[in-house]
Amino acid sequence: MHKARHNPLNSIAAHAALLTWTAIALFPVTVILVNSFKTRKAIFREPLALPDAESFSMVGYQTVMKQGDFFLYFQNSMIVTVASLFLILLFGAMAAFALSEYRFRGNTLMGLYLALGIMIPIRIGTVAILELMVDTGLVNTLAALILVYTAQGLPLAVFILSEFMRQVSDDLKNAGRIDGMSEYAIFFRLVLPLVRPAMATVAVFNMIPIWNDLWFPLILAPGEATKTLTLGSQVFIGQFVTDWNAVLSALSLAILPVLVLYVIFSRQLIRGITSGAVK
Amino acid sequence: MTALLLENVHKSFGTVQVLKDIGLEVADGEFIVFVGPSGCGKSTLLRVIAGLEDVSAGRVSIGGRDVTATPPAKRGIAMVFQSYALYPHLDVEGNMALGLKQAGEDRKVIAERIAMATRMLSLEPYLKRRPSELSGGQRQRVAIGRAIVRKPDLFLFDEPLSNLDAALRMATRVEIARLHRELGASMIYVTHDQTEAMTLANRIVVLRDGRIEQVGSPMELYNDPANRFVAGFIGAPSMNFLKAGPLGAPGAELGIRPETLRVAAEGPIRGTVTHVERLGSDTNLLVVTPTEETVTVRLFGQHDHRVGEEIALDFDRARALSFDAGGKRLRH
Repeated sequence: MHKARHNPLNSIAAHAALLTWTAIALFPVTVILVNSFKTRKAIFREPLALPDAESFSMVGYQTVMKQGDFFLYFQNSMIVTVASLFLILLFGAMAAFALSEYRFRGNTLMGLYLALGIMIPIRIGTVAILELMVDTGLVNTLAALILVYTAQGLPLAVFILSEFMRQVSDDLKNAGRIDGMSEYAIFFRLVLPLVRPAMATVAVFNMIPIWNDLWFPLILAPGEATKTLTLGSQVFIGQFVTDWNAVLSALSLAILPVLVLYVIFSRQLIRGITSGAVK
Repeated sequence: MTALLLENVHKSFGTVQVLKDIGLEVADGEFIVFVGPSGCGKSTLLRVIAGLEDVSAGRVSIGGRDVTATPPAKRGIAMVFQSYALYPHLDVEGNMALGLKQAGEDRKVIAERIAMATRMLSLEPYLKRRPSELSGGQRQRVAIGRAIVRKPDLFLFDEPLSNLDAALRMATRVEIARLHRELGASMIYVTHDQTEAMTLANRIVVLRDGRIEQVGSPMELYNDPANRFVAGFIGAPSMNFLKAGPLGAPGAELGIRPETLRVAAEGPIRGTVTHVERLGSDTNLLVVTPTEETVTVRLFGQHDHRVGEEIALDFDRARALSFDAGGKRLRH
């Protein structure tokens, strides 16, 4: 391709670094996946060995399927994550649009107030949140989790998105106004498509902590019907005995949906980057 | 009929007064150009006319209708932006159709209008392309097409040529002038480029610090400027202002256009040539007098002057203008 700029040594060094990093990043995931298909003995005897005819076992997955309502946990996690992400993106983007687009009294103050949430961890307010949920009768509902996660994700979403929305050309929005588009049409049809890469970033940043969270499900929704996957998997971890087969199988299954969501969002990220590059 | 009427328009952002008591009447079919240095309020005035900014006080009427409180889409205007502002997710056809679709026009009417605009601007080969697949000049033509299809009472142009290169700027300028003739529509055009102002305008509005300094045809402003600011702003290279006393003229300053100066054996102005610009058709000299005043001289044709040369300059007294200390024109 570019012979003049192509140095084989540099290329090898770059690839070596990338491969090393990939190996380190994938190692724990691989260990989990590989061991979830082995017998308990084999897991402890040779944790790094691939399963063979003797050590292969699906007992972990069988336990997971039998014990508890694993698909329900799965569904709960999915509902909570997707609904929270949707609300974070919708309200975050709307607030960001208002802050970046309109001049009104207290604009800067409002921006600072919303950004404050980034610095104060929401878990500090757990007791108050729990009291609130008890008073409103939302304990043991998925709505409780969705509300908390939305509140937790909004500050960063508003902060990142308003920064990106400031970069959307004023002329473009004004052209839309002259063409008779309503403020909502301008927001949904002109501005949102242009900040799609930022939306994907916000979605990815928020998705993983919500999916993995143990704290709020344990406190706000520990009931059988509203258990999330992370909470549900805890039944296999005991104080004295841990069913490692089941834990590893549950973890392996839990990776899948996040992976799918991540692939969807990261495609948006890449598309956003290339669409800017060819302009 | 008047296309646009501005009455005592004021605009402030917080405590900063951007527009101060603007009054202007634009006749049907007129091509009006707003010029002025950056920050003079010309773009703000255009945005006030478009309805993108509210007036702080005063009235705006378009086509005889008071539109002071009307949203931009219902004012009967179309606007062409400096940055083109095309919708990136729509193709050329979609860009032109959007405004009409929003207004609920019939599909047949939309197709007809787009066909007309496409023909006028030779955009046929690009109808299905996205803005990102077009060059700067093509994008600006699409932006103009988007304005034409709306059949507005008033066209607004916000520095539409500043992002184009010199050759394309000239071609697009000619195209805009041709469109104005063919459509016979009223147009308001904001620019800081006085070549555009001089060549396109029926009347030029010169603005400074949010006030109208003078309104008039290009030649009126060139020949008969109301004050020192307009005299210095219109014409390139700009007018020389010399102390009137030593030249035996009334007032504080004497304004002499570079093209009315000539090199002579004996003359009232003497100085050293410090710079020579040879443009082929013209030669520009920068001459510094013993009193440290810089004089620009525009000579037609090619002349053989060198840097460091001592020369004398004479000028046409009938065409020189006198100004008082406050910059006001003194008429004799």
